[in-house]
Amino acid sequence: MSAETPSKLQKMINAGHLAVTSEVGPPRSADGVVIEHKAKLIKDYVDAINVTDNQTSVCRLCSLAACIRIKQMGLEPVLQMVTRDRNRIAIQSDILGAASFGINNILCLTGDHQHFGDHSSCANVFDLDSIQLALTVRMMRDEGKLLGGHEFEIRPQMYIGAAANPFAGPNVGLRVSRLAKKVAAGVQFVQTQCIYNMDTFKTFMKMMVDRGLHEKVAILAGITPMKNVGMAKYMQKRVPGIDVPEDIVKRMGGVPKEKQAEEGLNLAVEQIEELKGVEGIRGFHIMAIEWEEKVPEIVERVGLYPRPQPAA
Amino acid sequence: MIKAIPKPMEEIIGNVQDCRKLLIAACDGCVTVCEAGGLKEAQVLAAALRLYFTQGGKQAQVDETSLTRQCEKEYLAQLSDRIDQYDAVVSLACGCGVQYLAEMYDKKIVYPGVDTCFLGVNEERGLYTERCQACGRCILAETGGICPIARCSKRMLNGPCGGSEGGKCEVNKDIPCGWELIYERLKTLGQLQRFETPTVPKDWTTSRDGGPRKIVREDLRI
Repeated sequence: MSAETPSKLQKMINAGHLAVTSEVGPPRSADGVVIEHKAKLIKDYVDAINVTDNQTSVCRLCSLAACIRIKQMGLEPVLQMVTRDRNRIAIQSDILGAASFGINNILCLTGDHQHFGDHSSCANVFDLDSIQLALTVRMMRDEGKLLGGHEFEIRPQMYIGAAANPFAGPNVGLRVSRLAKKVAAGVQFVQTQCIYNMDTFKTFMKMMVDRGLHEKVAILAGITPMKNVGMAKYMQKRVPGIDVPEDIVKRMGGVPKEKQAEEGLNLAVEQIEELKGVEGIRGFHIMAIEWEEKVPEIVERVGLYPRPQPAA
Repeated sequence: MIKAIPKPMEEIIGNVQDCRKLLIAACDGCVTVCEAGGLKEAQVLAAALRLYFTQGGKQAQVDETSLTRQCEKEYLAQLSDRIDQYDAVVSLACGCGVQYLAEMYDKKIVYPGVDTCFLGVNEERGLYTERCQACGRCILAETGGICPIARCSKRMLNGPCGGSEGGKCEVNKDIPCGWELIYERLKTLGQLQRFETPTVPKDWTTSRDGGPRKIVREDLRI
């Protein structure tokens, strides 16, 4: 977590507060007002707002434009960037562009394969992967240099983030190793995959702590409230890399349909409360998919509202 | 070796339906091994085309032949005394052979008879899987002898991604996760330390990104 940047998210984490981040998914149209609307719903309850980058390979309004809009609202965006759709020229160009608008957080991702999305016949790029993207951002920031060797004066001041998925297998050890590799590449904060299997996640965190990695990277636990039992089953069966234990599906299905949303929120609140006590957790990343309006309620119920203001 | 599959009959017919004298040219190289474009397949295709022409009441002559390799001039030259009599040639060689044949006989129409797919291995008869993307700079020494460029759907050099589950790729449960294979192999070889060292961005100039490639071996050209 070495390099200091102007990132408010970094300041919040470094001040020892439990950070709260959330995300906004851009629309599949040119309607930028949607971004503003979603950002307004959550702005007082989070420290930073991720903007997804064509998530699940579905073409949407671009993350960079949406981040600029959020920045111009006086808020703190996290630019999500996948390497699927851009080569190193485009990636570095977008990073310079983002930095020119004072965007100070980036989440380095490889991205879902285009097979999942609405343009499955497209060519992919994958010139870099997420770890090489982190290496690139670090070089641009700390050395003022592009991958091609060009040196420049005004550097992007990016707090470098990445994702981590403790549940993807084949074993937790490999997932700790891979995160160690991300840390070695310059990653300073991590937002995890949505956590439903608490046992696996705790094993992962213990291994992180045993290696002292939790002191090198700030881990924000990923939380996604379930809207209903259908969503629980869908995530269990269909979404790659998500581990939804059967007892959670049973719990969601065990209450009447009209109470399931409430049960999903209760579950999210309980998860956060439990995770607060796990060593190495530095905050929460609440991914309320098309349910942004519930973020304030969750944050209030877990006692993380009002948000502290970091010293400038 | 190069792996290919026969093109659909309808597609071939669509190309040759107006021909009256047609040559089907097999290749004894890779496409024979994967049973897509050898003499046997040429005979089957020729027979099917003869039937098509006969049933349609069309007079057409369809001959078949086989060349040792269609990617070498000396073997292509074997056609020089008879290729003129044909309206067109359907080459069952890989894309290299089809092009080299067309290049050598540049007045002749040459149609492809197979779809060239990848560089792979024969797991079993009729089961071929990709192993190499010919990137021009082999990294197998670093990755436990398993290529992430060919075997990871995202050609990641620092995998596995978060979509890998149960050792399978997010794209398809029939695809083993290349990076999980690498991890297990490195573990077996006692080389897991390699796994935590970030691999820097690759120089793709030796891959297709550098434009059409060429090897000049001065030592062989004396």
